Amino acid sequence: MTPPAAEAATLGAAPVRERSPPSFAVGPLVWLRANLFSSWLSTAVTLLLAYFLISWTLSFLNWAVVNAIWDVPGTGQQVDTSACRAARGEGACWALIGEKYRFILFGLYPFDEQWRPAVVVVIFVALYVVSAMRRFWRKELALIWLAALTLIGVLMWGGVFGLPYVEQERWGGLVITLILATFGIAFAFPLSILVALGRRQTSMPAVKALCVVYIELIRGVPLISLLFMASVMFPLFLPEGMNIDKLLRAQIAIILFAAAYLAEVVRGGLQAIPKGQYEAADALGLTYWQKTGLIVLPQALRISIPPLVNTFIGMFKDTSLVLIIGIFDLLNTAKTSIIEPAWQGFGVEAYLFVAAIYFVFCFAMSKYSQDLERELDKGRRR
Amino acid sequence: MVEAAVLGKAEVRSAVQPDARLMIELRKVNKWFGALHVLRDVSLAVRERERVVVCGPSGSGKSTMIRCINRLETHQEGEIVVDGIELTDDLRNIDAIRREVGMVFQSFNLFPHLTILENCTLAPIWVRKMPKKEAEDLAMEFLSRVRIPEQARKYPGQLSGGQQQRVAIARALCMRPKIMLFDEPTSALDPEMIKEVLDVMVELAESGMTMVVVTHEMGFARTVADRVVFMDRGEVVEVAPPAEFFGNPKSERLRAFLSQILGH
Repeated sequence: MTPPAAEAATLGAAPVRERSPPSFAVGPLVWLRANLFSSWLSTAVTLLLAYFLISWTLSFLNWAVVNAIWDVPGTGQQVDTSACRAARGEGACWALIGEKYRFILFGLYPFDEQWRPAVVVVIFVALYVVSAMRRFWRKELALIWLAALTLIGVLMWGGVFGLPYVEQERWGGLVITLILATFGIAFAFPLSILVALGRRQTSMPAVKALCVVYIELIRGVPLISLLFMASVMFPLFLPEGMNIDKLLRAQIAIILFAAAYLAEVVRGGLQAIPKGQYEAADALGLTYWQKTGLIVLPQALRISIPPLVNTFIGMFKDTSLVLIIGIFDLLNTAKTSIIEPAWQGFGVEAYLFVAAIYFVFCFAMSKYSQDLERELDKGRRR
Repeated sequence: MVEAAVLGKAEVRSAVQPDARLMIELRKVNKWFGALHVLRDVSLAVRERERVVVCGPSGSGKSTMIRCINRLETHQEGEIVVDGIELTDDLRNIDAIRREVGMVFQSFNLFPHLTILENCTLAPIWVRKMPKKEAEDLAMEFLSRVRIPEQARKYPGQLSGGQQQRVAIARALCMRPKIMLFDEPTSALDPEMIKEVLDVMVELAESGMTMVVVTHEMGFARTVADRVVFMDRGEVVEVAPPAEFFGNPKSERLRAFLSQILGH
């Protein structure tokens, strides 16, 4: 029953009853109509896009599944890829992956010892999973990392516990990509925080200038030129007979490069922290490092998660640039796997395979960062 | 404006002993922001258990003055001695003073990523090296005194402005300071929340805390202050007990100020 309008307008009348919102605007059909078929133009666009989407999906499935060649006769030098060649353009040649996946994943690592890099990949993934869980965020995590990294070194090099020694030049594939990316992030991130903090030290002009010069110099040159410098120029400056492993030099170049970018991301987060937070921490008598570690960084890094993860993902993929100085990372092994005459021309399959691997890692990072943001946001909205 | 009657107390009796020692002493303090001369020969002495209210128009330097006392701002000339320690560039002195001086800000400045309880236990644990359990008991005691123990597990963003400011007071008290500084503690609050914060401050005054309060709450000044300080354009113009300050202002500038804020 609705009261007459005049009565409803009277001040001090009975309070207006609380109601739920009107319900005519919900349901999937209503949504479809409002968003996809609201006018004849929108209907036409919807139908056209649906047609393209379906026909492309079908032709991809035809190529990738229905007409695909999963197996070819022979192996090694005697392989017969004529079936694949006959089907080119019609169906994918997944036989290539079946034949070459161990080379793509582990490179030139001795065939009979390839269980070692396989275990290393599992250790890396386990390390990521453990580090991602917030209940493991304590001091012991550093020990876990140290233990895991030692184990990885022992497995990769060998030479102890009856494992044959494998020199670093023979490492390759996914392991190299994971080593470069993991150590890259693990060292670049703390370094970038120090650089970002240093850049804001107005009371210490020398420290500030050093940080600014570092960021501007490193950011001003392409990663490839840094890698070239690390691989070609750097050894010239070393004394006779001294040699630093090429992988290590590339690793350092990647760390320095990523840290410069990350430092600017972290600095953005630092700038978002209100001055009052610093003052409150000062007024309570906290020291600089307590203030930074307990008050400023937890808030600044929380705000910086999206651009940080953006940079991490970019960095994960940028490790593939080491192929230019002859390190066999995942992309380089894929490229090399189709060099034999029998397999030439099947690049799409090889590159799709490694693209899928890159995607899994990058997508996992992206999903994790979204969950972490939501987690850290709980109950803290202003 | 909350008048004395609203606070529910006619007057809080002074707790200053005749021979009380000096807790804060400013002697001819000068400060410039660039070329702007913001503190001009400011001198002020605050004795143990004394309550001093500082008022004045905006831009008169009252916040800058109070922020010099725990070195959130640095002065360029003159001397500031707090609890017997002179404020210099020596970091040890600054840390020592900050441990003994609590501060409450206009904008609360709670740490939004920590719970209310963690906000209160942070400094006792890290600065006073107090065991966690002990710090938590202490924090709960002070949260009860500001009447919000039930909010301990929440985050600052879930509390009202008045509640946040009371937490800020509890947080400062958890360091067991000898002096409390208040920099316009009620200026950012909605009118209905001002009283709950002032009530807590009155109780604190009754407990004998040495307090310096920058505020526009003249009712609070009348009931609680031992002395009221009027600042204008970086100078201390007049210092007097509240009865004299409000009843018989001597300077023309104070008369103008009082007629402006009490006039309507």
